[in-house]
Amino acid sequence: MLARTLTHALVGLEPRRVEVEAHLQRGVPAFAIVGLADRACQEAKERVRSGITSAELEWPRRRITVNLAPADLRKEGSGFDLPIALAVLAASSQLPAGSLAGHAAVGELALDGRLRPVPGALAAAEGARRNGARRLVCAAESGSEVALAGVEPVPVRHLAEAVAYFRGERDPPPIRGDHAADVDAAVPDLADVRAQERARRALEIAAAGAHNLLLAGPPGIGKTMLARRLPGILPRLDDEAALEVTRIHSVAGLLPPGTGLVRTPPFRAPHHTASTAAVVGGGPVPRPGEVTLAHRGVLLLDELPEFPRPVLEALRQPLEDGTVAVARVGGRIVFPARFQLVGTMNLCPCGARGDPTVDCNCTPQRMDRYRERLSRALLDRFDAVVALPRPRGSELAAAPGEPSAPVRDRVTAARARLAGSIPAPTAAADALLTRAVERLPLSGRGRARVARVSRTIAALAAASEVAPEHVAEALAYRSPSELAVT
Amino acid sequence: MSELALVAFAAARDSHAAPREAQTRAFASFAAGFDERAYRGELARRGLRWLARSDRAFPPLLASIHDPPPGLFLRGLGDGELLERRCVAIVGARSCSDYGAHVARSLARDLVRAGVAVVSGLARGVDGWAHRGAIDGGGVTIAVLGCGIERDYPRAHTALAAQIAATGLLVSEYPPGVAPAPWRFPARNRIVAGLCSATVVVEARERSGALITADLALEEGRDVLAVPGEITSALSQGTNALLRQGATAVTSADDVLEAIGVPPARRVDPDPPSAPAAAALAALDNGAGSADEVARFAGLEPAAAAAALVELELAGLVTGRSGVYRR
Repeated sequence: MLARTLTHALVGLEPRRVEVEAHLQRGVPAFAIVGLADRACQEAKERVRSGITSAELEWPRRRITVNLAPADLRKEGSGFDLPIALAVLAASSQLPAGSLAGHAAVGELALDGRLRPVPGALAAAEGARRNGARRLVCAAESGSEVALAGVEPVPVRHLAEAVAYFRGERDPPPIRGDHAADVDAAVPDLADVRAQERARRALEIAAAGAHNLLLAGPPGIGKTMLARRLPGILPRLDDEAALEVTRIHSVAGLLPPGTGLVRTPPFRAPHHTASTAAVVGGGPVPRPGEVTLAHRGVLLLDELPEFPRPVLEALRQPLEDGTVAVARVGGRIVFPARFQLVGTMNLCPCGARGDPTVDCNCTPQRMDRYRERLSRALLDRFDAVVALPRPRGSELAAAPGEPSAPVRDRVTAARARLAGSIPAPTAAADALLTRAVERLPLSGRGRARVARVSRTIAALAAASEVAPEHVAEALAYRSPSELAVT
Repeated sequence: MSELALVAFAAARDSHAAPREAQTRAFASFAAGFDERAYRGELARRGLRWLARSDRAFPPLLASIHDPPPGLFLRGLGDGELLERRCVAIVGARSCSDYGAHVARSLARDLVRAGVAVVSGLARGVDGWAHRGAIDGGGVTIAVLGCGIERDYPRAHTALAAQIAATGLLVSEYPPGVAPAPWRFPARNRIVAGLCSATVVVEARERSGALITADLALEEGRDVLAVPGEITSALSQGTNALLRQGATAVTSADDVLEAIGVPPARRVDPDPPSAPAAAALAALDNGAGSADEVARFAGLEPAAAAAALVELELAGLVTGRSGVYRR
């Protein structure tokens, strides 16, 4: 007796078709799983056996062999429990013959037969659609996620419900995915930030032009606070981007159950003790890193110079290409990683620089060492740099600032303008930029960055051309000489 | 006796080229085997020059100090005549504050515009900013090294040294190959003070090398001026102590020029700034401020304030460091 179910294994973010074959033979009762299954997958035996018995179904007293094909693909995780159980039940004729056709399945079984959601349901559903399955049997919590991929979900809470469905005793699922609300993550509001008008302005420009932003200043003045508010002023993700982000977060197991598309740009802030693999992705079975989790969103590197040099250097590829490639013996996996980088740093190692109330004790050597950790190449990736001195007490008593919503409207409008036609500089604007290159320490690459930022400023001002005042403002956010080694 | 032979002898023995060294028997045997012409040829090949004390071009001010060097090695495109100009030394802390950097730079810029050469020690901090200010002002600057003439020390100032060499001079009493050593820097300071009719200390801690320069200048009867700083800042303790002892307080380059009797340069009025820039400039009248403070005082939007401050920076009317703008 042989039965097959369709399921999917994840390679990076990509679903790969896996067929679960169950074969029942006469002989001493036994249960074996073959086909490069990892430990979590091998342990499916126990869960499947208990699950089937708990669902008051019969565990066949036969010699059972389950094969996960193709046999050369590594399978990991607990999502194979449900397809294995269904294959065993079909092979022992407890499900009507042929009822599994057109279905895929994914999910983990509890010992009492309940179904638990597994990460990556969205990716599995996309795989199911590509492989011609109409419906995907999954845990109830994953139903809305599966529906996003255009596959009809069969959300079940218990193995018995799945069996009832296949026996035709239960109607097809009532839940339709498009009812699931889009996720608008709670992002802190810009209204909480008092004073710091220049930094707020720079944040708005960075949001409008998707520029990488570096905030430098003494500790405790709200650099991190500002950076955390960036996702709240970015445009909401469009359908394509939202689906991409939702898939990534589903695979990483970050999606709260029962939710729809992620519409808020993601925000990730790895600590500076994070390893290179944690930041750019990796591991024996490659997993997406923080740069991928920040895809289409914001990656905040708080205290940038505290990050080990290899981590910072590893960021250069994703910053350049928008992808990270993780090479393994089994092949190369490419993760998307198009994120906006926000860095924060102090102006000196002791942090007193820029703070009028404290004296800085840093020796020139210490300053140089601190700055040398940021390679020129990395500093060059920041289009806008803002040095923030400590505001006076009276400024902090000021009224709350402008909330995020109107800022986001301006940013969205500017993005739309930039997508249409990019404003060209006037002759006077060009002349100003040339004069600035002569007078200020500004490299050729620095000039290109200023030109980019000035286009964004023009777009925010709804101007059709880049005027000199736009260039002048952009020059205010150039990389200051005090961040270079002197 | 050849001064060059003495200098080469001292360098080989890693000692100070004191005149009494010339009396020793070791020197006599060294001098006998010293080929001065070959040595000078080698110097010329490396773009270096030697100016002996006995040379007529040797700066008389330096020749008149208590312990003048036997001569100076010169590097750079500036001619030796530079050393005969009126010189002012600007010295101070290596780990200076942004205020110190700003003052050193703008003082140097204004001094060179009056035709004065700015002398300093190529060290980090105040020294470096003084050299940069002089270059900004399109003037001449002289860096006195505490190591062999061919070296750029500190290494971080290699580019600055090249800029100085392009129009000014690097000078040292040490021949090529002499490594920097702690004792050579106070010795270098006597040349800094000796070349100049006045020494300005910008920022100095209580025990700072800059104060050694000031003491040496005082001993030679030269003017010593100090830039006042906050009394609560450790970086101003040395300068404020000098002021208490009677040093002239520097509030602008004109104070320095008055001390050495050089008429101030006629001010070239820059193009009148735009209205927002003028407002921003007025907002800085009461001292340094952040961009946000300037915007508030001048009644400008943050975007307009940013543009106005850049306009002022480009016009050389304002400098910004660590997010703080100063006139």
